[in-house]
Amino acid sequence: MNTIALVGNPNSGKTTLFNAITGANQHVGNWPGVTVEKKVGEFKFNNKIYDVVDLPGTYSLGAFSEDEVVARDYVVKGNPDVVINVVDATNIERNLYLTTQLLEMGANVVIALNMVDEAKTREIEINIESLSKNLGVPVISTVASKKSGVEKLIEKTVECIEKKSEYHPLSYGENIDKEIKTIKELLKDSKADYPADWIAIKLLEGNKDILEEVNNKDVEKRLTFLKDKGIDYELEIVDKRYDFISNITKKSVVKPDEAVVTLSDKIDKVITNKYLGLPIFGLIMFIVFQLTFKIGQDLLGGIVESWIETFGVFLSKELVLINAPEWLISFISDGIIGGVGAVLSFIPLITVLYFFLGVLEDTGYMARAAYIMDDIMRALGLQGKTFISMIIGFGCNVPGIMATRTLETKKDKMIAILINPFMSCGARIPIYLVFISAFFPEHGGIILFILYFLGILVALIMGKIFSNTLFKGESSHFIMELPPYRLPSFNSVIKNMWQQVLHFIERAGTIIFAVVAILWILSVLPLGVEPYSQASLLGKIGTLLAPIFKPAGFGTWQASVSLAAGIAAKEAVVAVLGMVYAGVSEGSELIVAIQNAFTPLTAVSFMVMVLLYTPCAATIATVKQETNSYKWAIFISVYTFALAWIASVLVYQIGSLLGF
Amino acid sequence: MKVMALIQLKPNDKGRISEIKGGKQICKRLFELGLNKGVEIEVVKNDIGPVIVDLSGHKLAIGRGLANNIIIQA
Repeated sequence: MNTIALVGNPNSGKTTLFNAITGANQHVGNWPGVTVEKKVGEFKFNNKIYDVVDLPGTYSLGAFSEDEVVARDYVVKGNPDVVINVVDATNIERNLYLTTQLLEMGANVVIALNMVDEAKTREIEINIESLSKNLGVPVISTVASKKSGVEKLIEKTVECIEKKSEYHPLSYGENIDKEIKTIKELLKDSKADYPADWIAIKLLEGNKDILEEVNNKDVEKRLTFLKDKGIDYELEIVDKRYDFISNITKKSVVKPDEAVVTLSDKIDKVITNKYLGLPIFGLIMFIVFQLTFKIGQDLLGGIVESWIETFGVFLSKELVLINAPEWLISFISDGIIGGVGAVLSFIPLITVLYFFLGVLEDTGYMARAAYIMDDIMRALGLQGKTFISMIIGFGCNVPGIMATRTLETKKDKMIAILINPFMSCGARIPIYLVFISAFFPEHGGIILFILYFLGILVALIMGKIFSNTLFKGESSHFIMELPPYRLPSFNSVIKNMWQQVLHFIERAGTIIFAVVAILWILSVLPLGVEPYSQASLLGKIGTLLAPIFKPAGFGTWQASVSLAAGIAAKEAVVAVLGMVYAGVSEGSELIVAIQNAFTPLTAVSFMVMVLLYTPCAATIATVKQETNSYKWAIFISVYTFALAWIASVLVYQIGSLLGF
Repeated sequence: MKVMALIQLKPNDKGRISEIKGGKQICKRLFELGLNKGVEIEVVKNDIGPVIVDLSGHKLAIGRGLANNIIIQA
């Protein structure tokens, strides 16, 4: 099987092109570094199937961030047959920088010169033949968003699998070229999978992982010798690459003297305005949550709920008719319909939330949010880009934590990971909604907004504390591209939303189903006990845990068990509440039961607990994976719980004193 | 021909980058983003928050600390 890799700058339309080539249902974002995972698709050409790997968007293939290392390693070690380099035609100089690095590697490059339509609007003229001749690789112009040029690109790519373009090393000026030769000579005997020229350049650029990999004493000696003489070619090499590029663009690209003022520029005047920026940001977030609540809950919420209710009643009747054993009826109607059903009834809300998050990302507003928040974040020892990972955390903390990969210093990354769970994810919404419907049905939007705001506030305060204690030192410099605003692609927003909803349903069908099944078993043991009573095993576990939550006002066995189940998956909290309080699918019964078991004050205290306490198992696993340490995974589980406990105790105790 | 830090420029001021003060790491990062010596930039916004510059039609937001270390010939 032949493999093709896709490489390009962030915002070059690489992911859109990937979709156009493979037809994969995949998301296209607009903030730098959206593709953090390796994504694979395939296409068929002349009855042959080809694999396509979408590499992370990077500006360079050094070792600056994990994304760069992933992309670089794949190009040199993954041996793709062809590397399609997506180049943004509106920003050709900078995009060609990555191209020069690919050429250095001796990769078999085909350039997709993308967004040629936008380049035209900006009056940029590019001579494709000249560009191709001077770079020594094929160039195909494309408009990925309109799928134009894609057929031709595929055709050319397949053609290039057979016919590799020749490797011609760049020239970096006399001194460097001579040094490269010297190092190549020293490297002659060491075996390596990379072209020697490329290794030599990387070594002169001071790349430490390559030095380790080469493991050659003579080379090390030579580099130390250069260092002692005060010779450092690192920046000069970068300069020479740009010289190479400008030589080419001089021959092939004509730009207008004055850059054309685009609509995007005009919008930015308002969105990033000194006085308006922050209020507009606040307003956008407020509207998003109001609309999510109004559409997802008030308008559509009841529909799914009534379906599940009807289905539950129907199923129990059928089971009785066929003389099913009582335990099975109990398992299905109380356990499955009551538990999983309670979770599924929140599908409309999650759907709407993901729709809006997708729109924010696709339009390019996310990058502006990072820009606007940078000042405030910096005062707290953080930086604006951290805020992007926080907003993504509103959908789910797992991608939120993965998004911290774009942060450059360890300090920024670690803090961003540790505070992400305070961003209230989609799975927690159902819990709030149950309590809101029970006690504050008139003020749902406001309460949700306050909870989210509280989450952000706690995250920022903890960020400040971490940056003054555990992770001292400078926050990394802020430098970020503000991509042009684009109309969100309806298709990609809907596709992404649908994927997330499927994921939610899948979780309801697997993890939550398993949790519910285990809890149901615990609830009927020891045999003969009344199901879901305090005498059951479930009740006993809850009773054991309950004293912990007493100072917070909800020291009941039911609440305690539901919180414990929430560590497996947050959706399970509602599932368990549904099982232990109502035991049936009917949402209204759960609400009535909650009204009897809680007071408005303990409801608030419980919601604060849910907002802040230990993240779900999937999130903890992601923390372990991203920090590569169990220590931080345990730390995040414990400190969030301690903090949540203190906060909800404060809410309850102060609230009681004030007479609520 | 005046030489000053990027942070001292006003919106619509244009100039060429003549020097970047700072460590090799950050210099390299800026180079890779297209902010290498000799390129012409135009300041779009410089009041609070990062400075926004236009680099051949593309917008880059540069933190104020960093903008203080980028020397421009205007």
